[in-house]
Amino acid sequence: MSDLEAFREETRQWLEANCPPEMRQPVRDEEDVYWGGRNASFKSDAQKAWFDACVAKGYTVPAWPKEYGGAGLSAPEAKILRQEMSRISARPPLSSFGIWMLGPALLHFGTEGQKQRFLNEIARGEIRWCQGYSEPGSGSDLVSMQTFGEDRGDHWVVNGQKIWTSYADEADWIFCLVRTDKENKYQGITFMLFDMAGGGVTTKPILLISGNSPFCETFFDDVAVPKSYGDDCPGYVGEINRGWDVAKYLLGHEREMISGAGGGDRTAAIGAAMLRHSGELDPLLRAELAMFDVDALAYSAMGEKFLDEVKVGKAHPAQPNMMKYAGTELNKRRHELMMSAGGSRALEWESEETGGGKPSRNWLRTKANSIEGGTSEVMLNVISKRILDLPGA
Amino acid sequence: MPLYHDDDQAMLADTASQFMAEEGSIKKQLRHWRDRDCKDGFGHGLWEQMGELGFTGILLDEDDGGLGMGHVEAGIVLEEIGRNLTPSPFLTTSVLAATALKHGSDDLKQRYLPGVVSGKAVYAVAIDEGTKHNPARIKTKAEKSGNGFKLSGQKDFVVHGASSDMLVVAARTSGSDDDADGITLFAVPRDAAGMSHDAVRLVDSSVATHTKFDGVELDGDAVIGEVDGGREILNRVLNAGRIGAAAEGVGVARGAMDMTVDYLKQRKQFGKPIGEFQALQHRAAHLYSEVEIARAVVIKAQQLLDAANENGGSEKAELMVSVAKAKVAKTAGLAVREGVQMHGGIGMTDEYDIGLYMKRDRALQEFLGDAYYHANRVAELSGY
Repeated sequence: MSDLEAFREETRQWLEANCPPEMRQPVRDEEDVYWGGRNASFKSDAQKAWFDACVAKGYTVPAWPKEYGGAGLSAPEAKILRQEMSRISARPPLSSFGIWMLGPALLHFGTEGQKQRFLNEIARGEIRWCQGYSEPGSGSDLVSMQTFGEDRGDHWVVNGQKIWTSYADEADWIFCLVRTDKENKYQGITFMLFDMAGGGVTTKPILLISGNSPFCETFFDDVAVPKSYGDDCPGYVGEINRGWDVAKYLLGHEREMISGAGGGDRTAAIGAAMLRHSGELDPLLRAELAMFDVDALAYSAMGEKFLDEVKVGKAHPAQPNMMKYAGTELNKRRHELMMSAGGSRALEWESEETGGGKPSRNWLRTKANSIEGGTSEVMLNVISKRILDLPGA
Repeated sequence: MPLYHDDDQAMLADTASQFMAEEGSIKKQLRHWRDRDCKDGFGHGLWEQMGELGFTGILLDEDDGGLGMGHVEAGIVLEEIGRNLTPSPFLTTSVLAATALKHGSDDLKQRYLPGVVSGKAVYAVAIDEGTKHNPARIKTKAEKSGNGFKLSGQKDFVVHGASSDMLVVAARTSGSDDDADGITLFAVPRDAAGMSHDAVRLVDSSVATHTKFDGVELDGDAVIGEVDGGREILNRVLNAGRIGAAAEGVGVARGAMDMTVDYLKQRKQFGKPIGEFQALQHRAAHLYSEVEIARAVVIKAQQLLDAANENGGSEKAELMVSVAKAKVAKTAGLAVREGVQMHGGIGMTDEYDIGLYMKRDRALQEFLGDAYYHANRVAELSGY
């Protein structure tokens, strides 16, 4: 048996012993997701048991080094773990912007002291982070952002406003782009880290067309941000005024994440499930579902290929933009078809049968997929310029 | 297995790419033979050169003189064929007929495989009856006659039929038209009495036949595999041919896209390259995205099929072959339509190559099932 086969066998046994049956079901909605943080509570004993087991094993962040709370898995091992978890439909033990966004930025740009502290906190689910990027006047044109940090020696005083801060009202800390030099557009932004409970931060949830409020407006009113949290632990990532480099790096990660490159429900075929659900399918709808399934299954192969190529540095550096574009457009189409297959039942906004209007709320939520993290139009601009090398793009 | 080419495969791709660009180019092959109204629609010289390089026997076992490689490797050659629109009997001979013959008797292998390896023989497969691909229905009959069979019926869209030294024919030896069982594959030699070809040139300048079998007498040893047991071999032949056609289609799509993107950078209107216009940039970027996805699903299906052939078939491989064939048909169709449109007026001229891509794509889409056929198959295999 090769080492990897042995690892697969070991992983199966470990999952068998540690993943409770209740955690072996696809995530149905937000309530099934555990985000961690100071104020977090578990929805069930099973959720807690699964989370605790994963923290102990380093499986909340399997590919991170052991000293930062991970399991130090190699890329092929991490893939095997993903495959084995997906085989039994195991839920992620912990979801967070710390894992998806800040973690990768710190692994790439962080100091040893920052990694020791923040990565371990993230891996153990102790601190819930949110991301402060967009501003009311700076959406697609993010670099025009105005939130300003005035230099006061050992700290900055930050004033301004962010928008579309995901779950800011439930987050503990924020990683935030703050302008620290008004003269330099690209080299005048610092990637700051600060506690949102430290005073001067207010959040206001934004009611979306889905009726839910996953995003906030976040206001900073004379917020003091320390330049250091102790030995080798600066209050910013990378260099002062060079936060745009970190932001760009992270946008790549965000696009991969939103694209659903990792597989799962967002890339699966849906036709068979729609038939089971509806009993019968209109022939033209069936045809559209079949065309959709072709695209979805093809895209799932693309996701797999992309991850394989990223691991060995074969992927084009701008390829995440293509993945994000194709993945989000596909997901919107998926939900359009699910609404059609669902008929009038899918229109119900609050009924028990629909779990409080899940089909329609989820459908509406997907419309943001191709806006957040870079619009489809911006993705196409980037592909034109960086991959196709078209003039003036 | 990672979804990209390993070092050996990358080397093969380099060889194939260089060879097809030099020897298989549109000017040297497609236009050359087309403009001379060649009855085969391809050049035998190139086919023999492909034999010398080992390409022709790529799927055959080493014991049979082949390279013993799989669908990933055959697809590498086919993608370059697609890119250069190289007319050749590779798909019908080295992929479809070769896959059938692998299941044949030693006698059949000895008779027919050396010609594949050397690139001196051309074989075709006769499956379709009527204008749309529907291998579930086979009416052509082979009735027991003495020690052999008597073949009657008609096959259509037999690509390279009139140029072939041997035809692999799927015929019914028992049961009714739509039965899965009762199919037998036969190796019918070129000179079989009672076989007649009505050769027609197609839109892409390839030549296919309507082939009639009027009581064609065949020896029992013309049977490939078992009498009445041909369906499984036929399925393997179809899977091999479909993923092969998909790989070629990816080449067509990439060829058309590259040519179009280059044109966007060169053509100037309103004082600047038209590639500066966002209306065209976004369409080109969308096309790029679709072509990347099509490439990914093709290599996924190739790998699954290679693994399935070692382990005796798999439903996942069947499914993904149809996903790939459908996805490529849609994508290559988009590539050639955008190609012609973005080329503007010259895209409509015979002198310019982009229109040749459009023609080849149309024929490839139809070959062994179009996007509608395969999307429907995806639905059926998925249970709806």
